[in-house]
Amino acid sequence: MSAGDVKNAVTTEQAQGEDERRINMIEAINEALDIMLKRDPDTIVMGEDVGYFGGVFRATAGLQEKHGKTRVFDTPISECGIIGVAVGMGAYGLRPIPEIQFADYIYPGLDQLISEAARLRYRSATDYIAPMTVRSPFGGGIFGGQTHSQSPEALFTHVAGLKTVIPATPYDAKGLLIASIEDNDPVIFFEPKRIYNGPFTGFYDKPVEPWKKHKDSVVPEGYYKIPLGKARQVTEGEQLTVLAYGTMVHVAEAVCADKGIEADILDLRTLMPLDIEAIEASVKRTGRCLIVHEATRTSGFGAELSALVTERCFYHLEAPVERVTGFDTPYPHSLEWAYFPGPVRIGEAIDKILKD
Amino acid sequence: MADKASGNSGDSPHTGDNRPALALHVPEPRSRPGDPVNFADVDVGAPGDMPRPDEGCAPGDMKDLAYGLVRVLGDDNKAYGPWDPKLSPDTLRTMLGHMAMVRAFDERMFRGQRQGKTSFYMKCTGEEATSVSASMALASDDMVFPSYRQQGILIARGYPLIEMINQIYSNKGDKLKGRQLPIMYSSREHSFFSISGNLATQTPQAVGWAMASAIKGDSRIAATWVGEGSTAEGDFHSACTFATVYNAPVILNVINNQWAISSFSGFAGSERTTFAARALGYGLAGLRVDGNDALACYAAQQWAANRARANQGPTLIEYFTYRAEGHSTSDDPSGYRSAQEREEWPLGDPVMRLKKHMIAIGEWDEERQQAMDLKCAEEVKAATKEAEKNGILGHGLHHPFKTMFEDVFEELPWHLKEQAEQATRERKIKWPDQHPKDGAGK
Ligand SMILES: Cc1ncc(C[n+]2csc(CCOP(=O)(O)OP(=O)(O)O)c2C)c(N)n1
Ligand SMILES: [Mg+2]
Repeated sequence: MSAGDVKNAVTTEQAQGEDERRINMIEAINEALDIMLKRDPDTIVMGEDVGYFGGVFRATAGLQEKHGKTRVFDTPISECGIIGVAVGMGAYGLRPIPEIQFADYIYPGLDQLISEAARLRYRSATDYIAPMTVRSPFGGGIFGGQTHSQSPEALFTHVAGLKTVIPATPYDAKGLLIASIEDNDPVIFFEPKRIYNGPFTGFYDKPVEPWKKHKDSVVPEGYYKIPLGKARQVTEGEQLTVLAYGTMVHVAEAVCADKGIEADILDLRTLMPLDIEAIEASVKRTGRCLIVHEATRTSGFGAELSALVTERCFYHLEAPVERVTGFDTPYPHSLEWAYFPGPVRIGEAIDKILKD
Repeated sequence: MADKASGNSGDSPHTGDNRPALALHVPEPRSRPGDPVNFADVDVGAPGDMPRPDEGCAPGDMKDLAYGLVRVLGDDNKAYGPWDPKLSPDTLRTMLGHMAMVRAFDERMFRGQRQGKTSFYMKCTGEEATSVSASMALASDDMVFPSYRQQGILIARGYPLIEMINQIYSNKGDKLKGRQLPIMYSSREHSFFSISGNLATQTPQAVGWAMASAIKGDSRIAATWVGEGSTAEGDFHSACTFATVYNAPVILNVINNQWAISSFSGFAGSERTTFAARALGYGLAGLRVDGNDALACYAAQQWAANRARANQGPTLIEYFTYRAEGHSTSDDPSGYRSAQEREEWPLGDPVMRLKKHMIAIGEWDEERQQAMDLKCAEEVKAATKEAEKNGILGHGLHHPFKTMFEDVFEELPWHLKEQAEQATRERKIKWPDQHPKDGAGK
């Protein structure tokens, strides 16, 4: 399968949505949950403040009223408990969709995720599975300081048995969330909170555009899913390949547009499973590869991508693979825009890759 | 699907053998927005009613104290019973002054956030006694491990307002170098531990500090504060276990302000027992006190401090109080609870109650109160003005960029050196007008 096929696949999916209804990412997530609560009586939505109140980001607003208190409910403040009971519910046969209020607060639940949910299928030889989708807002750009800004995706991609999904548009958020919920493996579904309401370009001092001005905010009302493991072609170009996900897709796109660069930008959408075919096809065509993520650099997912690209496309490469990332420090508060891997850092890397 | 368990509960539920169908209980608070509020069923006991056991009392011999409510201040504003700490009028005036200052400070900082001077703020309105009075019962060098709602401790310990505001504004005067979210203070000088955004992590840390103090034959004890919602975290339960196993000289203060963002205390287990009663299962002494009664808060902390200092063991204290305002500047409580709750709260307002008590015993009057309130407001205003000279939260121009990379490790490794150079290079492009001398330099 080539990158072109990926693009075609996306177009077909989008063709299903004929209406021009435009919604933001929160609404898209809410809709996916609503649809799945209706379609599958085994789904359960739970987490801190998700019930009556509808979540601190409003992603579950109205769902308790609609589906009842035993389908959508608040939990004690215990991430270990939230993930642990989701494993138990999965063992019964339910399909829990727990929310962790911020990705930064997922750590107390790691033992249940890493030692339990991720390995249950394997260690019980499929006697039991953990078909849960853990939703959690992640990433920075909202002056949230070090405990409301982290991007810990690489901790999860490092664990055998977990899938990691990160949408970058309302259309994808809905389709990927539905696919994640239906998936029988535990899925970490990280929602880039900075782009809940609009596609942030990284130019923090420019006004933020709302989603309704973006083509991918056109979202069909009904059920649809986007398969896990298929990247999205954001722009086509011959000068270089850009691999990104979440907020950084939009930042990379804006920088390339700003610089007049014709880049082949791939929104990876899912880190595990990874669309290696699309990556390989693109890099072999352009011969140059930039990887962008907001997470810290060392042992970040970019390291994995860089290794894969080098292993598989070495003889096609015309420049070393470059990574643009957050710095290897805790996420600072006042220096947020100095930390964020914004247009300047990305621009420099592009110049370096294209130099000769 | 190949899986035996396909994630579908499939067959109808197993309800054969005449076994009854099970039903899930999901807690529901007493009222939601618009509902009338009635706290008649909340048993608050009577002031002066609870006995005050000896500080060496075995936990099992004082069980009632984990279910009742230690109260000192009566409806007639007089102090009653064995828990009256019998504080001197000067100490009472100091206490009231700190509480009034906390309130004035909260008002101003909240407004500052609304005016765009910073990103975030959290008030402790209605809970002032739980930090001010309680910490006044400790020695100033006893170590405290607070949550984010104990600004009262810093104020009671004389931490300069301007330092607090510098931190809140994340400006160049901020001793924490703009790294932390507003109100996540730290001051070793004031034996005040660095506040974490991750709930309940401070509780086992307090136990560990207390264990260290005991290992070394020191005389200082430790105390921690944690919200009732946060007691659901495993960390809190580890803290209780370690505290009892090592008989650690520590006080675990649980602030039951009824709410954890939008979740009422029932989601931490309050429908079936009290938070103080958690102590009993662990073998800790448990006290439950009126958190809006400054004298009761002081007395309970003093009891627990005496106990810990005499090597007689740890104490868990539940402060029964009410979060009068929103969770934080990011929260609007009108979306999930009745506004009437605050008015109907059966235990009143801690500042007003202490004030009325002091008037009742002839040590205070309305004029002095007004003068004090005015003085607090002015002091806060002056400190705010002073702090603003160091800047307000902006776009990353207050702290030298290199400070972002310092303190990750004791020494700067090669990769952080490279990244610091990158950040400095970017600064020149992103903020070309910013002269290094402004503090924005390399
Ligand atoms: C580990 C962790 N999980 C979730 C959160 C998000 N959070 C911040 S405050 C809060 C509510 C805490 O309530 P409570 O313990 O009652 O303290 P209060 O705010 O009432 O003082 C939540 C859920 C967090 N900070 N840390
Ligand atoms: Mg609380």
